[in-house]
Amino acid sequence: MPRKRIINGAQAIREALDQSLAKDPRVFVVGEGVPDPKGVFGTSIGLREKYGKNRVWDMPVAENGMTGACIGAAISGMRPVLVHQRLDFALLSLDQIINNAAKWFYMFGGQQSVPLVIRMVIGHGWGQGAQHSQNLQALFAHIPGLKVVMPSQPQDAKGLLIAAIADPNPVIYLEHRWIHSAQGNVSKKYFTTEIGKAAITKRGSDVTIVSSSYMALEALRAAQLLAKINVDAEVVDLRTISPLDTPAITRSVKKTGHLLVVDSGWTNGGIAGEIIARVVEKHMDVLKKPPARIALPDMPAPSSPGLTKFYYPNIEMIMRKACNIIGKDPVVVAKVLAEDTSLSATPHDVPNSSYMGPF
Amino acid sequence: MLRIRMVEEKIVELYPEQQMRCPVHLSIGQEGVAAGVCEALDTKDTVMSGHRAHAHYLAKGGNLKKMIAEIYGRETGCCLGRGGSMHLIDLDANFKGSTPIVGGTIPVAVGLAWAAHMKKEKQVSVIFLGEGTTEEGVWHESVTFAVLHKLRVLFVCENNLYSVYTPLNERQPDRPRTGIAKAHGLYVDHGDGNKALEVYEKTQNAVTHIRSGKGPAFIEFDTYRWREHCGPNFDNALGYRSEEEFLAWQKKDPVAQLEKQALKSGSLTQKTIVSIRSQIEQEVTDAFTFAKKSPYPKKGALNPKFSYAS
Repeated sequence: MPRKRIINGAQAIREALDQSLAKDPRVFVVGEGVPDPKGVFGTSIGLREKYGKNRVWDMPVAENGMTGACIGAAISGMRPVLVHQRLDFALLSLDQIINNAAKWFYMFGGQQSVPLVIRMVIGHGWGQGAQHSQNLQALFAHIPGLKVVMPSQPQDAKGLLIAAIADPNPVIYLEHRWIHSAQGNVSKKYFTTEIGKAAITKRGSDVTIVSSSYMALEALRAAQLLAKINVDAEVVDLRTISPLDTPAITRSVKKTGHLLVVDSGWTNGGIAGEIIARVVEKHMDVLKKPPARIALPDMPAPSSPGLTKFYYPNIEMIMRKACNIIGKDPVVVAKVLAEDTSLSATPHDVPNSSYMGPF
Repeated sequence: MLRIRMVEEKIVELYPEQQMRCPVHLSIGQEGVAAGVCEALDTKDTVMSGHRAHAHYLAKGGNLKKMIAEIYGRETGCCLGRGGSMHLIDLDANFKGSTPIVGGTIPVAVGLAWAAHMKKEKQVSVIFLGEGTTEEGVWHESVTFAVLHKLRVLFVCENNLYSVYTPLNERQPDRPRTGIAKAHGLYVDHGDGNKALEVYEKTQNAVTHIRSGKGPAFIEFDTYRWREHCGPNFDNALGYRSEEEFLAWQKKDPVAQLEKQALKSGSLTQKTIVSIRSQIEQEVTDAFTFAKKSPYPKKGALNPKFSYAS
């Protein structure tokens, strides 16, 4: 085992860009603010200085046009990485993403693919509000022709971004703002994390908790605390939303007989419902209890910390729901949480260091 | 130009058989722009277009048989029958694709020029657009980026006065689009789309400007769609435009004008024209026969895996 090297998610993403730019002359990065002093939360700092203006671009505030331009560059043999500081701004480019990028390969008879990566940062907490915080993985997963990845831990943030850049298809790389500060052991070398493969981040036999992105970090912490009350949860970190790793989910549910899906998106028409449908359709017989989901209430995100406290799912909700599914009295949850001072030490609207790694 | 006209007249003739089971947006009346522009280009230059793309595809040298087979939905079509009339592509001819979302291919064409810029290639990326497209935000976005980096793009605006049935004065204030293009920093010109030679010369000038590295260009050509927005028929009876207006434009027929000019200058004789017509007639007949004899794609082609490249 090589010596551990702990870096955070933002550094891992920067390293993936750096190594992809170094390895492949076709790769370029473009986005509003990419070369600016803050470098998109630190993920692109110093890249223009290292690779020059012809590889690292700023752009007009023209999301749809620039997405189309990236598609044109991609079908010309380039490998663009387009960056949006917030997913919500990328909604201006849905025409180019859905009508062109996703369909170009199919509708033109498979002659030209679109090797394009679109990074979209998802805001959370600190009053981001309705238009700086949307988790739209279900929307993008609905579109054939797109791949959707959503890492949680730094190692996967790096490996999935490199894999996305190397992939011949358009890949939506959803980057929850709070995974930027998650710490983890990240390999120094250029490597890929396979798109379409989930990871088991904790083994367990009582209940399967399927999650992704930042919620996979909360799910993991919840599972660790559940162990204190003798609930042995297994955590499946999806890593890729489309295509879903249905076999990995199924294997785990067959083992535990209980399924809880925790999603950072809305409930209606969401990924959690899709996962439950897939399991119920084919494996109803292995489920000992009805499956459950935790997702956002079907309303826009508020800004006030007085409301976000109840809007976003948290560890307590995950623990209680897991107990409910397996028929354990959730009253013990409160006791465990009260004993763990690390949880209450951080306000709810900033990342909590007690479950931000190192992983 | 005559070839484009004859291909589309054949579509008109055979469309009622209902074997071409997709929408067709015919370019009849607008051929002068496609032919004049593409004549001024090199093979390496690329062309993209929108929903009314038959003329652009053929003028750039797109394969006729594959286009007709595509309209017939056959597996020998240029998109294997997945695209239909509104999705044409011929990479051998550097016709890089056409799609029906208004303005949808404009930024993509700018992206082709952007990639060329990064790779230090010199070809020009030509994008055909309708005047309605200048109402779309994406046009302004694309132009801003193209001018900013002096990308080698030629924006060819075909002003045929109508967006489907909506006339220009219901959509735009009374001001020239060339003025907007000029304000964007584009090289600007304007010409008569019914005069193919004028189109050719104006395109040559613009392309010379673009090739010299001075930045992208915009030319608007006045033209007129003779037949209905979508389909093989005439639609003046609907009342959205007058028969008089239509007849006035029809008198300016770009094909007839060029033919007359060529006869007058002696570059063509009546005999040569007859012989050219008969050659085209044969080619068109062959293309339709090829399409009709070609098989439909097999059921196995309907597999989600074909949405992704591997």
